[in-house]
Amino acid sequence: MKSKYWREGEPFVWGSGAALALILLLILTLLVVIFKNGLGVFWVSPLSHLEMQDGSKLMGEVVQSSVMSMRDEPRSQLKIANRDLYSLDFKWVSDKDIKQVTYPQDAILIERQEYGNFVGFLSSVTLLNQPSLPSGEYATLLAGLDDLKANMPELEAVKSQISDLNYRVESLDHKLAKLRFRGEEQGDDFQQLTMQKELLQTEFQTLVTTLNVLQARLMQNTARFTDASGTMLTIPLSAMVRVYKPNNLSFFAKVSLYLQKTRELFFDEPRESNTEGGLFPAIFGTVLLIIIMAIFSFPLGVIAGVYLREYARDGFMVRLVRIAVNNLAGIPSIVYGIFGLAFFIYGIGSSIDQIFFPAQLPAPTFGTGGILWASLTLGLLTIPVVIVSTEEALGAIPGGLRESSYALGATKFQTLTRILIPLASPGIMTGFILAMARAAGEVAPLMITGVVKLAPSLALDGQYPFFHLNRKFMHLGFHIYDIGFQSPNVEAAKPMVFVTTLLLIGIVIALASTAIFMRNRMKKKFAIAD
Amino acid sequence: MKNDNRNAIIAIEDSIVQVRDLNLFYGTSQALFNLNFDIPRNKVTALIGPSGCGKSTFIRCINRMNDLVDSVNINGSIQLDQQDIFDKSVDVIDLRRKIGMVFQKSNPFPKSIYENVIYGLRIGGVTEKPVLEEAAEVSLKRSALWDEVKDRLHDSAMGLSGGQMQRLCIARAIAVSPDIILMDEPCSALDPRSTAHIEELIRELNGEYTIIIVTHNMQQASRVSDLTAFLYEGELIEFGKTTDLFTVPVKKATEDYITGRFG
Repeated sequence: MKSKYWREGEPFVWGSGAALALILLLILTLLVVIFKNGLGVFWVSPLSHLEMQDGSKLMGEVVQSSVMSMRDEPRSQLKIANRDLYSLDFKWVSDKDIKQVTYPQDAILIERQEYGNFVGFLSSVTLLNQPSLPSGEYATLLAGLDDLKANMPELEAVKSQISDLNYRVESLDHKLAKLRFRGEEQGDDFQQLTMQKELLQTEFQTLVTTLNVLQARLMQNTARFTDASGTMLTIPLSAMVRVYKPNNLSFFAKVSLYLQKTRELFFDEPRESNTEGGLFPAIFGTVLLIIIMAIFSFPLGVIAGVYLREYARDGFMVRLVRIAVNNLAGIPSIVYGIFGLAFFIYGIGSSIDQIFFPAQLPAPTFGTGGILWASLTLGLLTIPVVIVSTEEALGAIPGGLRESSYALGATKFQTLTRILIPLASPGIMTGFILAMARAAGEVAPLMITGVVKLAPSLALDGQYPFFHLNRKFMHLGFHIYDIGFQSPNVEAAKPMVFVTTLLLIGIVIALASTAIFMRNRMKKKFAIAD
Repeated sequence: MKNDNRNAIIAIEDSIVQVRDLNLFYGTSQALFNLNFDIPRNKVTALIGPSGCGKSTFIRCINRMNDLVDSVNINGSIQLDQQDIFDKSVDVIDLRRKIGMVFQKSNPFPKSIYENVIYGLRIGGVTEKPVLEEAAEVSLKRSALWDEVKDRLHDSAMGLSGGQMQRLCIARAIAVSPDIILMDEPCSALDPRSTAHIEELIRELNGEYTIIIVTHNMQQASRVSDLTAFLYEGELIEFGKTTDLFTVPVKKATEDYITGRFG
């Protein structure tokens, strides 16, 4: 005789509830870890100045503390920075070796273009062409940096002119190569283009000289620092990205620094083999990749789904195709990557090169990895999701609506465009969301179809013809892998891994919520009464 | 018994549809057997019979909705205005424009009331706004819905009650000015008041449209129709004036059915 408790199926309710709770807990843990580590990266932490028992001095921020398992001793990891002086950024210190910890108010932290951060004390500043110097070395340094910032637009303008010239020379080279390929080396066009190129090259030389002069002038402004143990170091102001005194900051100053760094993350280029600086090219690459993927895969998937559900006569073949499509979604993504490499890059890309860009060969134009091929590969990967959801959405529409439309003299196509597709659109949108989320998270197929650690130029820019779909690109997912596991200085890259993960999740959530918002509006619009 | 229903053809002076030797198969099982009868123009004809007797299957032959079912095979003919509707030269789209249909479950499109009514015109290529608005108003008035919805024509049709939805479906069917309106148990999902409404509407439309109505409700058939056909297991058992069929049925089966002995 079973008890009432068992008869009513209570344990199953508890069991299924527990399963759900477990899953939610796992997801929550993951999110908490990412958010905790990712959001804290840009918050300024104090610099501890350690006097050790043996008389040596260290300074840096405490990154983590733990207990050594072997000797049961508490120890702390210190980010001592100054990579150019110590060659290592991090150091473990046993707590019992520490004699005294202080937080000096004038300890200074410099974010640099190279060698990571510098931590130490300011001793003197040398500024040229600075008529009125404010009192105090720190104020002088800040004034010098402001002056430098004022000079930056000039420098940037020259740099962008150089990059423009580069691009023009490159396209001239392409034209010349084309003429040479046709054997028209003696023609007027060729002569003219060669002259143009020479002109550009002279211009180029002038610009480079200007740039060098500017940079040399900026390099003359320097500051001298000492580290915790008294070693002197001279740093040119132009190598500094940001200077502040972490132990002497108000809460609002910290908030403002936090926002500044976040802004840098979104809009600036990376530095120091991607472990510092911004992620703009990677964010741009990720979003553009998904958009191009969507342009190719969504319409195709919807049309295929419509054909399977509405036009194809239900039979053995259709069932076979349906099974095949469902199974496509389960193929490992690296296989898609290899297919993309073989089919898109070596197949189509090489053919395009042979037909349209024979002059540039053997240097490939489209016959190498690029954002277009990576997008198409991802498109292939996500099409099954779109097909399946389209089919299901169409199948869920009550048959009566179809019949009513036909009975009023509508053709199949009219019924599709006026009744079925609008009604199925929320379901199709769900497929898009799933496809986008999957595409945003894929890394493996990208690694062999055109993602790179550092892309010198974006696939979409101000240079004619604006879209350069053959260009290689950066991607947040690959970025995580690259700086997390391929970086020479993994410890220093760790914070960036979390930040990048957070960003990737953020992008997926942003894209998905946009789609969900649109889906809900459609659902409301096309709600069917029962 | 299988072949003696030729005598179900009764003298009808002005018939619009002539059904001749109609057999219908779903795959290998036969659903309609040798149907032969004429349907009078601008009158209401009711089809009665127990569930599964082929009433709906039959009216779906008239606008060729059965084309949409892969396994259906039909032989015999249905003449509409001296033209066999199964002929290869007949454009099924044109045919369906001439024959409106109202289904058992009211199924307005998830669009506005106005868009629902003019759907048939829009897909027929009518784009002039005044024409569409005129048609919408006329159809809604004909289907006795105008007064209830005239202030919210552009609201979603999903906000209507069940009876209103069904009348909207009738309005939608008559907006394209069909010759025939097929009604497949139009009231079976409605409450008595809405049913009364629809029945009144059918009586009003009588004389202007040829209406063929399938119903389970014999009182309804007797209330709204001029002629009634009794189908049983895919055969036409009896066809005649409604008053005659319900008062002095010729066949035993008819009598048994209408007196409630089976079905």
